[in-house]
Amino acid sequence: MSDTIEQDGHGHVDVDTVQLSAELVEAASVASHDVAEYALWLGDDSLVLAQNLGWWISRAPELEEDIALGNIALDLIGHARSLLHYAGAESGRTEDDLAYWRDEPQWRSAHLFEQPNGDFAHTIARQFIAAHYLFELYSTLMESTDATLAAIAAKAVKEVDYHRDHSIQWVLRLAQGTEESRRRMITGLSDLWPFVEELFVDEPLIDRLEGVAVRPSSLRAAVEGAMFPVLAEAELEVPRGFISSGGGRRGDHSENLGPLLAELQVLARAHPGAKW
Amino acid sequence: MTIPPVPYAIDPDSAATVSVEEQQFNDLIAADSRIEPRDWMPDGYRKTLIRQISQHAHSEIIGMQPEGNWITRAPSLKRKAILLAKVQDEAGHGLYLYSAAQTLGISRDLMTDQLIAGKARYSSIFNYPSPTWADMGSIGWLVDGAAICNQVPLCRASYGPYGRAMVRICKEESFHQRQGFEILLELMNGTPAQREMAQESVNRWYWPALQMFGPPDDDSPNSAQSMAWNIKRFSNDELRQRFVGMLVPQAEVLGVTLPDPDLRWNEEKGAYDMGEIDWTEFHEVLAGRGPANARRLQRRRDAHDEGRWVREAAAAYAAKQAVKAVA
Repeated sequence: MSDTIEQDGHGHVDVDTVQLSAELVEAASVASHDVAEYALWLGDDSLVLAQNLGWWISRAPELEEDIALGNIALDLIGHARSLLHYAGAESGRTEDDLAYWRDEPQWRSAHLFEQPNGDFAHTIARQFIAAHYLFELYSTLMESTDATLAAIAAKAVKEVDYHRDHSIQWVLRLAQGTEESRRRMITGLSDLWPFVEELFVDEPLIDRLEGVAVRPSSLRAAVEGAMFPVLAEAELEVPRGFISSGGGRRGDHSENLGPLLAELQVLARAHPGAKW
Repeated sequence: MTIPPVPYAIDPDSAATVSVEEQQFNDLIAADSRIEPRDWMPDGYRKTLIRQISQHAHSEIIGMQPEGNWITRAPSLKRKAILLAKVQDEAGHGLYLYSAAQTLGISRDLMTDQLIAGKARYSSIFNYPSPTWADMGSIGWLVDGAAICNQVPLCRASYGPYGRAMVRICKEESFHQRQGFEILLELMNGTPAQREMAQESVNRWYWPALQMFGPPDDDSPNSAQSMAWNIKRFSNDELRQRFVGMLVPQAEVLGVTLPDPDLRWNEEKGAYDMGEIDWTEFHEVLAGRGPANARRLQRRRDAHDEGRWVREAAAAYAAKQAVKAVA
C-alpha cells in the first residue's frame, strides 16, 4: 500500500496498483508444468470473478458499494496477475498472453466464479461463497512448499479476509432487512449453492502436487464451518438439491464463460501483437 | 489567528446595516481566510457553493460511466487494474464532495434526487460517448488535465471543507492525467491502427475539453461574484489559456496533432492564439441535447431504482439492530 492520501487501511488504490507484486519480482523460480497448471486454476478463478464484478462499477446500489466492489475486483485482478504471471513463465507466456489469448476450453476457472452477477443478492451470494473458499484456500496455501505460491497466498489472504467480511455484512443485512431483500437473498443463495461442491473436488493434478497445492477436499470443513454459523445467524437454511457437475478445472465450462471472455478479449484480439 | 479589521469595500450608506456576523465574514474573505461550516455566511455564498460543489460531485459520478464502459474490455490486465482504480477514485471524489456539500445544509438524498430528476447539472463533457479505447487516454489527458487546471486553484477556495476536499482530489487527478497520457503514448508508439485510434480520439475530445472551462469571460454571469468570494481564483479564459499552453508541448511528445488549424504561438502576448470555440454546441449539450445525455442519466436512474431494495434493506436492518442494542 502506498503512503499517499488515504491512511484508512484496506482499499486505497493508486498508481502502485499497476506494479506486479514484490514476491514475483524477487522470485527467480519458474513453476513446473503441474505447478503452472495449478496457478492457472487459482488465477482464472480470480480473474473471472473480477471481470464479473467490474460490471458493477457505476451501477451499484450505493456509491459506497461502487467503491467496495471496485476494491474487491481490484484485489482479485492483483491476485490473478501474480498467479498468471507465475503460471506463464513455464511456457514463456505473459499474464496477458494467458488472459487474452486462451480460448474457453483452456480456462481452468470453477463454475462458481463464472456465474452471472444477477441482482445484488446473487452477487453477494457468489461473494459469500467465493470469499470464504478463497480465505481458507490462501490461509492453507501460505504453508505451501512452493515459495512463490506461499508468498502470493500470504498477500492475498489479508485481502480476501476483507472480502469475506464485506459479504457477511451484506448477507446479514439482506436476509434480515426487508421481506423483499430476504426473498432475494434466499433465491440468490439457492441459485449459487449448486456450485459450492466443485470447489472441493480433488482432480488428479492435486495428487502430483502434495505439499505444493492445497487439496480441495481438505477445505470443506473449514469453509462450511465458517459459512454455516453466518447463515444460522441470518436465519437462512443451507440450500439443498441440485449440485452442478462442475468440470471447470478440466476446461468444461458453463455457458456463461464464453460471453464473458468475448468481452474481456475483444479489443486485445482485434490488434494481434499490439502493446497497450 | 486574529483577523485584523481590514477595511472592506462596501457602500458607505449601507455600512450601518452590516451585522456583526456579516462583517466577520467580510473580514475573513478580505484576509483570504477560510469560512467553516458553523460560520455565518450570506445566503448567496451558501447557494453558490451548494450549486458548485454538488455539480462537481455529480460530474464525478456521471463521469464514472464513459470509462466504466471499458473496464471489462481493457486490453491488458495492467490497464484494467489502472482503469478500475481510476473509476473507483471518481466514486470516492463524489463521496468527498457530497460530504462537503452536506456541511452547507443539503442532504445527499436531495442532491441525488436532483441529479436523477435531470434538474441538476454536471460537467457537459461526460455527455460525449467513449466508443474507443483511445478515449480512455483522451479522457485522462484532456478531460482530467482540464479538470486539474480548474481544480488546483479550488484547493484555496474560501470554503474550508471544499478546499480540503479538493486537495485530496487533485492528488489523485494528477495520477489520472498521467495514466491517460501513458495510454495515448503507448498507442502513438504502436501500430498504425493504434496511432489512428489515438488521433481520432484526440480530435473528438479536444474542443469539448476546452469548453470545460466554461463560457468566455464576457459571457460568464456568475464569475465576478465567485471571484469576489474567493471561490474562483482565475477567469475561465485565463484557465483555458493556461491549459492550452500546457497541452501543446505534451502533444508534441505524443506526436498527436491538436485539431485547431488556428493554434499558433503569439510572441507578442506570450501565449497561444486559438481558433473559435463552437459555443452553440456547448449550449446544446448543456441543454440536454448532447450525444449521450439521456444515456448517462438513464444509467444513473436505473442504478438508483434497481438499488432501492438494497438501500431499504440496509436501513431496515440498521433500525432493527438499533432496537436490539437498546433492548
